[in-house]
Amino acid sequence: MSNIGLYDDKYKNFEWNDSAKELELHENEAKNIGYLCSDRICEKGFGQKLALIWEGFKGEVRRYTYDDIRLHSNAFAHYFTGLGLKPGDRICLFMDKIPELYISFLGVLKMGGIVQPLFSAFGEEALLTRIDDAKTSAILTTKKHAGKVRRILDKLPELKHIIIVDAEGELPGKNEKTYSMEKAPKVEHVDIYPVEPETPSVLHYTSGTTGKPKGALHVHSSIIAQYITAKWVLDLMLDDIYWCTADPGWVTGTSYGIIGPWSNGVTQAVYDIGFSTEKWYAFIERNRVTVWYSAPTAIRLLMKEGVEAVNKYDLSSLRHLISVGEPLNAEAVIWSEKAFGKPFHDSYWQTETGSIVITNFPGLKIKAGSMGKAFPGITATVVNQSTFEPITETGMVGLIALKPGWPSMFRTYWHNKEVYENKFKKGWYLCGDRASIDNEGYFWFVGRDDDVINTAGHLVGPFEIESALLEHQAVAESAAVGKPDPINMEVVKAFVALKPGFSPSSDLELDIINFIRKKLSPLAMPQEIEFVPSLPKTRSGKIMRRLLRAKEWGQEIGDTSTLEDE
Amino acid sequence: MPDDIKQTIIEYIKKEYLDEDSTDEVTENTQLITSGIVDSFSMVSLKMFLEKKFNIKIPDEKATPEAFDSVNNIIKLLKEFTQEV
Repeated sequence: MSNIGLYDDKYKNFEWNDSAKELELHENEAKNIGYLCSDRICEKGFGQKLALIWEGFKGEVRRYTYDDIRLHSNAFAHYFTGLGLKPGDRICLFMDKIPELYISFLGVLKMGGIVQPLFSAFGEEALLTRIDDAKTSAILTTKKHAGKVRRILDKLPELKHIIIVDAEGELPGKNEKTYSMEKAPKVEHVDIYPVEPETPSVLHYTSGTTGKPKGALHVHSSIIAQYITAKWVLDLMLDDIYWCTADPGWVTGTSYGIIGPWSNGVTQAVYDIGFSTEKWYAFIERNRVTVWYSAPTAIRLLMKEGVEAVNKYDLSSLRHLISVGEPLNAEAVIWSEKAFGKPFHDSYWQTETGSIVITNFPGLKIKAGSMGKAFPGITATVVNQSTFEPITETGMVGLIALKPGWPSMFRTYWHNKEVYENKFKKGWYLCGDRASIDNEGYFWFVGRDDDVINTAGHLVGPFEIESALLEHQAVAESAAVGKPDPINMEVVKAFVALKPGFSPSSDLELDIINFIRKKLSPLAMPQEIEFVPSLPKTRSGKIMRRLLRAKEWGQEIGDTSTLEDE
Repeated sequence: MPDDIKQTIIEYIKKEYLDEDSTDEVTENTQLITSGIVDSFSMVSLKMFLEKKFNIKIPDEKATPEAFDSVNNIIKLLKEFTQEV
């Protein structure tokens, strides 16, 4: 029997306060996420239980009990306070998936800081934009990534501490210091910052169609939703070994790679490795993983290797599979049933929602290709895109809309209230995605409602790519759109008009591609560049990405009456 | 296989995929994809470089993470498409 039991009963009767009670929180009370994910579990008698099994790509293994993560996170909190960092300061975590990343996350929260996790593959420009916006005070990183921080430090006067967690001795750069989690004395007691429900906790940056990336701010009471969704959707139980493949530079990696499993007292396994079918299966076999939360892109890559690759390993420990990031196609659900003897359950949510809002539940019939149903406590619908009124007709496509008020909902965009307020229409929070609802209440994803590119489950903003493209010496103007891709759903394609004196060539294409990869990230890197004499624009001079995108997807171009050249 | 081709690929990987401050070594056996030096997205640019350099076309189904996981693996892949290596 799954944790959620009967979905319909739960949907009818559940209140968020039920989850708060399980966390032993009184009404309108909050406790520090750092405490709830470590000290509380130890107080319940699970101090010696494994919280983290970590493996590196070279075969290294590190294991931490709940008492270890309590003591190490206390030590981090103590260290940050000693540096003069204050509650409310933004502290960035910029590391690969190493234990220090997971445990310092709790340390920042324990001292009242706001965690700003950033994907370690970000290039200098992407890093600069996000740290500058957040006015970050400290960054934790490793030798591998410190160079990127050094090269932008002069532009970041507020960044006072660069803490390198895997270095020793003298460091070359300004503001740099070392901190070794393993060597630092463990701290038995630290004054955990007393939080209110609305005390800020995590600042995750996400991309939109226009403007720079925005920081979605979350609060400590978000754990009420992250705890119960991990329990009911991921179906986490005390004897599980759970593997979330997401990187904590993104929201899945924090909500369900740290907070969800650890607030449930579950052992999680982390593999700091790139994609490898054989090595991933061997990891599951070796660690007897029972619950696996991954992404459609990874599943489609596994599919390429076929069931034969699955059969080489004993994956019988797996009991529940979940997917997130982009719509899970029906073929992948059917294939996973064949390959693993159980289907992947698609789950839908986003940085702003902080926790899963629509999903396929364990025990509930899966309609392959569907997003599933709303989580108990979430009122979800689709609304008309002009009137923002709920659509009552079955199967009619509209904008996915949620009634505000669930605990993990973002509270604002960092210093960007106007854009935040614009996300709400007629009392609904608009997710920016289009879907329909069938006669049994299942949601069916249709696509984005804007120009944001969803590549391998990560949202990439065209504006950020186009701005970076313009910094290349050969580029006069550009447009970035998503083009279909069988593995990643979408990949970035750039249309580029060159400056006089430059001619299209494959050398120039590769040069521009690498330029963006290093400046922003591999995700933002165009996988194709089409050189064009000029870009389609409206009479007011705005580039019509819509036309370019429609061409890539083989869709109707629609109204072109405002085109400049018409 | 001429060593200079191996060296060309190693130099390209060091120049394009390692941080400019990095002191890490890349050899023909260094794990590229599993270590994260080259991720699955960046494989596209590495594939593009190889295709240009050796004037070949590598079909997408051959461009797997395993095939790109070391310089030795890449050389093996290239041998399928060109006599040059």
